[in-house]
Amino acid sequence: MDIVQLGEFIKSLDNDIEIKEGKQFTEINVPASNLYHLAKQLKENKETSFDFLFCITGVDYGQDLGVVYHLRSTRHNNTIALKTRITDRENPQLDSVADIWRTAEFHEREVYDLLGIKFINHPDLRRFFLARSYGFPLRKDFVDDINIVTK
Amino acid sequence: MEETIEEIIDESQEYVINMGPQHPSTHGVLRLVVSLKGEIVKNVEPHIGYVHRGIEKMCESITYPQIIHLTDRMDYLSAHINNEAVCLNVEKALEIDIPDRVKVIRTIMSELTRIQSHQLFWATFGMDLGGLTCFFYGLRDREKVLDIFEETCGSRMIVSYNCPGGLMYDIHPNFQKRVKDFIKYFRKILPEYDQLLTGNVIFQERTRGIGKLSLEDAISYGVTGPSGRASGFSCDVRKHEPYSAYDRVKFNEVLFNEGDTFHRYLVRVEEMRESMNIIDQLIDNIPEGPFAVKMKPVIKLPEGEYYQRVETARGELGVYIISDGEKNPYRIKFRSPCFSNLSVLNLISKDFKIADLVAIGGSLDLVIPEIDR
Repeated sequence: MDIVQLGEFIKSLDNDIEIKEGKQFTEINVPASNLYHLAKQLKENKETSFDFLFCITGVDYGQDLGVVYHLRSTRHNNTIALKTRITDRENPQLDSVADIWRTAEFHEREVYDLLGIKFINHPDLRRFFLARSYGFPLRKDFVDDINIVTK
Repeated sequence: MEETIEEIIDESQEYVINMGPQHPSTHGVLRLVVSLKGEIVKNVEPHIGYVHRGIEKMCESITYPQIIHLTDRMDYLSAHINNEAVCLNVEKALEIDIPDRVKVIRTIMSELTRIQSHQLFWATFGMDLGGLTCFFYGLRDREKVLDIFEETCGSRMIVSYNCPGGLMYDIHPNFQKRVKDFIKYFRKILPEYDQLLTGNVIFQERTRGIGKLSLEDAISYGVTGPSGRASGFSCDVRKHEPYSAYDRVKFNEVLFNEGDTFHRYLVRVEEMRESMNIIDQLIDNIPEGPFAVKMKPVIKLPEGEYYQRVETARGELGVYIISDGEKNPYRIKFRSPCFSNLSVLNLISKDFKIADLVAIGGSLDLVIPEIDR
């Protein structure tokens, strides 16, 4: 399956998603509520079989918070970027994909630690690098007068 | 009242001990909270963050040429390859063509970095398992690579030799001769490594069949690099997505299917041979030309997202840059191989003895500053 066919196929899995041809990878924008369902299909469907989740990145877009999942299929050698956004900054929540790809357990803990996104159904969601009372440093509105010196 | 032996060793209860953060076999400040039943490991819980410096946050306020110097400090044993990852990503974003000379020199330096990293792995892995001689042999040979680095880059470990657009300066006139001398020397000495450790009965007893990782688990846990290839996971970025000069050299991707501690060790020893083959093919054919492209004084990446993967000595390093068109990145993420490799430790060390935990942890070849970033 080439990239265009793959995009069409993924589109047929879920109507709410938006597919964009990126410079490098096909980008799939999915609403936060559909994320878990789509992720499970991407992994289990024989046509896609994205079995290798190699990167989870939490991003603060200013208004929203976002999470980017980079997926590769070891069988078909395709790579896609799965993107989702959360509008609630006060209490951001997202479904965990740790039971689909086990590597997500650590990566989601990292995202929680640095951006404060809570993952529902995560087996062990605790702070990873930082102390419990510390804020979420990768948010753009994070202020730390003592440790971060701004000119 | 006298206690019987059965009462003292109460097998119904789990015994929780701290391994680290100062334990010598963790090679850094990794703290493992180990639940034991007698001598058997039931659960391992890694606690990290002792050297968390917030590199990703720091990068958001500095420029791209400055970021290079922070990436050295992640995986200090693959410093050159980390630099290369950021440089390749910046060059890809700016669509700059890099001279052939730069590509070839970068590849040779990367492979030298890989050799010295695996030498240190071999040295410390032998020492973890009680063979102190390995430590002296490994470090003795590693010095020779570091001397080559020192002559050309001015630094031994944290080289910072790359910059966006090429290299900081040209190679030293002695470079080719010294690399060839080293390869000639190391080809002769590598069989000694096998005689000393690989064939050793005690070593084999302690590593064969210990900490088995299946292919499905390796993919699901995202275990890449030599640790993943020992389980049969074909994940060598140099093969699948060639960068720099890897598309013009012939080499084998070392793959095993057993996935135990012994084969994770064996992949690294074989990779040293492959690295020497790669250097052999390139060292006499370094093209003439400039060692860097002239770049603008302030580098601004066009708006967009860029992802670059490279193969470090430990696995797949990903650099993900989101740029908003400014001179510093909006968000930069380093996908570090050790972070994913660590996550598998609990799975594969279950139901083995605590002494095996040292062997398994050593065979994953963790570098802690890269996990914490």
